[in-house]
Amino acid sequence: MTFALVALGGAMGACLRFLTDRWVQARHDTGFPWGTLVVNAVGSLLLGLLTGATLFGAPAPTALVGVGFCGALTTFSTFGYESVRLLTDGARLFAVLNVVGSVLAGLGSGAVGVVLAAAIWG
Amino acid sequence: MAPAATSVDISASTTLAEVTRGRGVSEGGIMRSAFPAELRGVRTPRARAPWDVLAVVAVGGAIGSLLRYGAALAWPGPWSTLLVNVVGCLAVGALMHVITELVTTHRLVRPFVGVGVLGGFTTFSTYVADAVHLVFDHRPALALAYLVGTVVACLAAVVAGMVAARVASRAFRRGER
Repeated sequence: MTFALVALGGAMGACLRFLTDRWVQARHDTGFPWGTLVVNAVGSLLLGLLTGATLFGAPAPTALVGVGFCGALTTFSTFGYESVRLLTDGARLFAVLNVVGSVLAGLGSGAVGVVLAAAIWG
Repeated sequence: MAPAATSVDISASTTLAEVTRGRGVSEGGIMRSAFPAELRGVRTPRARAPWDVLAVVAVGGAIGSLLRYGAALAWPGPWSTLLVNVVGCLAVGALMHVITELVTTHRLVRPFVGVGVLGGFTTFSTYVADAVHLVFDHRPALALAYLVGTVVACLAAVVAGMVAARVASRAFRRGER
């Protein structure tokens, strides 16, 4: 049962990442990977909320939403590849901004998720 | 969108008109020097996602998530996340080198393996949550080391994957001669 929930969440997360990335990338003219940054920040926010819910004893659909959906909505491989491509193609500043910006955005939104959970269930 | 264009797939080349459709942006408006043409082309938006592409992304995402879950069951804690992310980055480096530099693959290979399996296998949200958990456990120094160490290891893994694929393809070609 848990495996099925992880698989279902993973399928939905991967599709939403794919569609969000296309949608975001269609709305600006640079090659900066905003799409990946957005899904990573949103997924971190949602998992932060879920982590907070668990922390405060609220029931949380960990397998479906946490492991499956948030895990697959966010990605490290695409983030890593895009950062390396920016670097190897001479856009060093953008590569550094992408790495630092993604980590800070992920941490910031994850923290916001935990704080939100505290406000709701704390 | 004209009916003829609905068959345009994710790997097909795209006209400038599609890139700038409805935006009134000239070719010079795109950051030509700062960003690689290949990256721009690959990431070029399309009108809509073909259902077969979405289907393989979904199946790939399910497989990748199950593999990641299996790793988390085998080695609980942040180290399985680190291992998963490094392995996924190594694989994506090799995959992208092979499909962009070496061979022309089926148009669903990249959505299935790259976006689906490897994208679903690796995770950014769990990486962030692991760091948050370490801070809650009063181990902020380890959290910082984990945050920086994962990024450094994963970027190195992408490069290593690319180099490994290049070396392997050269050795393979020498073997053919």
